[in-house]
Amino acid sequence: MIGNIHSIETLGTVDGPGIRYVVFTQGCLLRCQFCHNADTWEIGTGKQMTVSEIMDDLMSYLPFLQASGGGITVSGGEPLLQIPFLIELFKECKKKGIHTTIDSSGGCFSHSKLFIGQLEELLQYTDLILLDLKHINRKKHIQLTGMANDHILEFATFLSSRNVPIWVRHVLVPTVTDDEEDLQKLGEFIGTLENVQKIEILPYHKLGVYKWEALGHEYPLKHVDPPTEEKVDFTYQKLTAHWN
Amino acid sequence: MEQWKGFTKGVWTKEVNVRDFILKNYTQYEGNDSFLTGATESTKQLWAQVMELTKQERENGGVLEMDTETVSSITSHGPGYLDEELEKVVGVQTDKPFNRSMQPFGGIRMAKAACEAYGYQLNPEIERIFTEFRKTHNQGVFDAYTDEMMLARKAAIITGLPDAYGRGRIIGDYRRVALYGIDFLIEEKKKDQQNTSKVMTEDNIRLREEIAEQIRALKELKELGTSYGFDISNPAQNAQEAFQWLYLGYLAAIKEQNGAAMSLGRVSSFLDIYVERDLQNGTLTEEEVQELVDHFVMKLRLVKFARTPDYNELFSGDPTWVTESIGGMAQDGRSLVTKNSFRFLHTLDNLGPAPEPNLTVLWSPQLPENFKQYCAKMSIKTSSIQYENDDIMRPEYGDDYGIACCVSAMKIGKQMQFFGARANLAKALLYSINGGVDEKLKIQVGPEYQPITSEILSYDEVMNKFDLIMEWLAGLYINTLNVIHYMHDKYSYERIEMALHDTEIIRTMATGIAGLSVVADSLSAIKYGEVKVIRDEKGIAVDFESSGDFPKYGNNDDRVDSIAVEIVERFMKKLQKHQTYRNSVHTMSILTITSNVVYGKKTGNTPDGRRAGEPFAPGANPMHGRDTKGTLASLSSVAKLPYSYAMDGISNTFSIVPKALGKEENNQIRNLVSILDGYAMKTGHHLNVNVFNRETLLDAMEHPELYPQLTIRVSGYAVNFIKLTKEQQLDVINRTFHESL
Repeated sequence: MIGNIHSIETLGTVDGPGIRYVVFTQGCLLRCQFCHNADTWEIGTGKQMTVSEIMDDLMSYLPFLQASGGGITVSGGEPLLQIPFLIELFKECKKKGIHTTIDSSGGCFSHSKLFIGQLEELLQYTDLILLDLKHINRKKHIQLTGMANDHILEFATFLSSRNVPIWVRHVLVPTVTDDEEDLQKLGEFIGTLENVQKIEILPYHKLGVYKWEALGHEYPLKHVDPPTEEKVDFTYQKLTAHWN
Repeated sequence: MEQWKGFTKGVWTKEVNVRDFILKNYTQYEGNDSFLTGATESTKQLWAQVMELTKQERENGGVLEMDTETVSSITSHGPGYLDEELEKVVGVQTDKPFNRSMQPFGGIRMAKAACEAYGYQLNPEIERIFTEFRKTHNQGVFDAYTDEMMLARKAAIITGLPDAYGRGRIIGDYRRVALYGIDFLIEEKKKDQQNTSKVMTEDNIRLREEIAEQIRALKELKELGTSYGFDISNPAQNAQEAFQWLYLGYLAAIKEQNGAAMSLGRVSSFLDIYVERDLQNGTLTEEEVQELVDHFVMKLRLVKFARTPDYNELFSGDPTWVTESIGGMAQDGRSLVTKNSFRFLHTLDNLGPAPEPNLTVLWSPQLPENFKQYCAKMSIKTSSIQYENDDIMRPEYGDDYGIACCVSAMKIGKQMQFFGARANLAKALLYSINGGVDEKLKIQVGPEYQPITSEILSYDEVMNKFDLIMEWLAGLYINTLNVIHYMHDKYSYERIEMALHDTEIIRTMATGIAGLSVVADSLSAIKYGEVKVIRDEKGIAVDFESSGDFPKYGNNDDRVDSIAVEIVERFMKKLQKHQTYRNSVHTMSILTITSNVVYGKKTGNTPDGRRAGEPFAPGANPMHGRDTKGTLASLSSVAKLPYSYAMDGISNTFSIVPKALGKEENNQIRNLVSILDGYAMKTGHHLNVNVFNRETLLDAMEHPELYPQLTIRVSGYAVNFIKLTKEQQLDVINRTFHESL
């Protein structure tokens, strides 16, 4: 089984518990204005890697991963665009007792039988999902990502109904995703979920800007600065207000 | 003896056996750091004085004062103090702190040049004595060097050799002074002297003379004690005396030898035994114990030698390698971590970060969790600690070894090494292409083999020729070292350090290599890419054009990592073919200290794309910027290098920005512990850990006065960043910082 892979980071420390072997998949449906991996958007490109290639590499890092209580995280891009590949990869990981995590925005979730069937199989081998909830407001979500958010919220509810553990992540972009009322509503929505283990606020940063420039794209958030610490704390209070 | 009251008896009471004493008497500590106390008023006052003197020294161009009149010996100077009233542990190298002593036995020229470099004039009478009447080590070596050795040295295919300065890397077992007192040690040495053979071979004559010198040195050490008001004939009877006796032993060593590395050994858990006894007796409080440790460590931070600018180029930042090995596991499965292990690391808080003593944690995943976390916490805070894998060293050296210099393990009091600097394998690779002609000097240095004449380099042809050149180099290298160490023993014998060793010891011939990652990547470029040779009018290969992608060492890619492993094994096997002085055991290190910059400067363009003059990566590190798959991939490549072929140590320096270790402090600590555990499990040997942002260093270059204590780990040791030369500073800044998020 072959996956389209953008790159691999061997020391991931922010994408799940412990030290993570992070596989960035190639291809995404969203076009988030704050994306720091814009070079992972294009679908069908990247480096083709087999499951066994990745497993061989991953296994050589096992002492580090196990010592830290870490594991593998597949990020992107949007990993769920390559579910069959993920199923094979995670099946192998579970054989070796490796903790598995998907970092997804749920952007390609649908109720189609085929998709749900595949997803349910994948979830059998998945320990944790890091779910990026980018905006609760439908219109603003379209503005920010190029897509509506109905199916993303449905994805969250779907995972909750199946009791799949998730960490909710919210990228805090001043003037874009920091409206108090929106945060209030997002907090309320999170309160309806029963599978949330952790809520993380990711302060917007500009480390990925050079990638936009390299790709010849105009960076839309040029004039936005990272949020203050107080703002991050405030947002955390809002999002955890109704957390079970 | 009454001084041993309260200690559990054992073999150690009848013969010198410090390990037995420790294992029978130490108290394991598995708790956390909450018992530690801050600096006392005296400590703060003394340290402020040291910082003020440090500032004056910096403003004075790097040296505050130099003794140009008195040849340093164990008893040469009267007592000296920072502040006699306040100091709990006393003694400095001359009659006052920051006054650098004169040590001509390694080489009078070096002693003179060191004075002149800082505007001092060596007393001409002393120069005359050591030129006309008393030969030095340096002169002896050059009397015996062959032309070939001189040329290899000039071309810098072998360099950094201790032929003009003290070889160092010998650890006296200074604990013996505290545990036994001098009289007992002298008696033991006398017995050994009586037990020597009656057949007067050259070896036996030398041995008898050496033991006589050792006994003489022990007597002088006793005098040194007297000059500070202590009678050290007998064992120390409390903690303060134990610290003081031990320190006097070390002080005697640094008064007589300005060896490159004057390491301390493994003293903290030993001293903890005395501390525990006093705590039990109620004669000491925790605050007083920490004060003792702080004052002792402060003394170790004051060690200074007169060095020349040439020397500083090799070993930048005025290092002394007062290496103290902390932690590790006992062979019976207990950890050797005591409260003193914490207290020694805690000096980084009480006195602030510093390069010396070179705090070295002997790491095992089995160490107590609390201690591991404390180490990681202090690393993140101060970047002043290095780690070495106890799990791969313990089977070789037992559980009472220490690290000399950066990465050289040795059984304390039972083993010494003949320090041999390093051979430049990157240059050797160029010699194999150029038929032994030096690419910089453009003269024949190596044997006149057929040069490679093809336009495109073929891997097999290069490897065959490289093998021949390594064969030649290994022989020349060992023979050069034989000359050096014969002369060092003869003209600059380390009498007091060896007096604190068993009489029968293991000696190693500690060779080293530089440029491993350059060689691995170059051979990879030749094998997996295409390398075209560009030759000058004389036909000497002076540049290379490589095309095609090739795997680079540092990415956990076996295709190239296996080349690095192969080179290490091959060169070591070639070294082993040659007979060594005093039948020393061949060992090898992959360590450059800061000489990676000098080696790079003296080496032409290499097939991996490195430009002439560019620094090599330090030690066993991948070339900076080429390890692109993240920290763990980089560490995994280095961990593949086989320790059994490089038992003098494999140095890896690792710099990471704090954020890349995790978001919150506790995550950063846990992840750093896991990195160290994982690296140990993968049988990696040594890791220098730096945690800071590149911006900090850039700012420190601009405003050195704001960073008097900024400490960074370079290659097996730590330095004050602001004491590095500009070139060295840039080299550090240009190294790979693992920073992906």
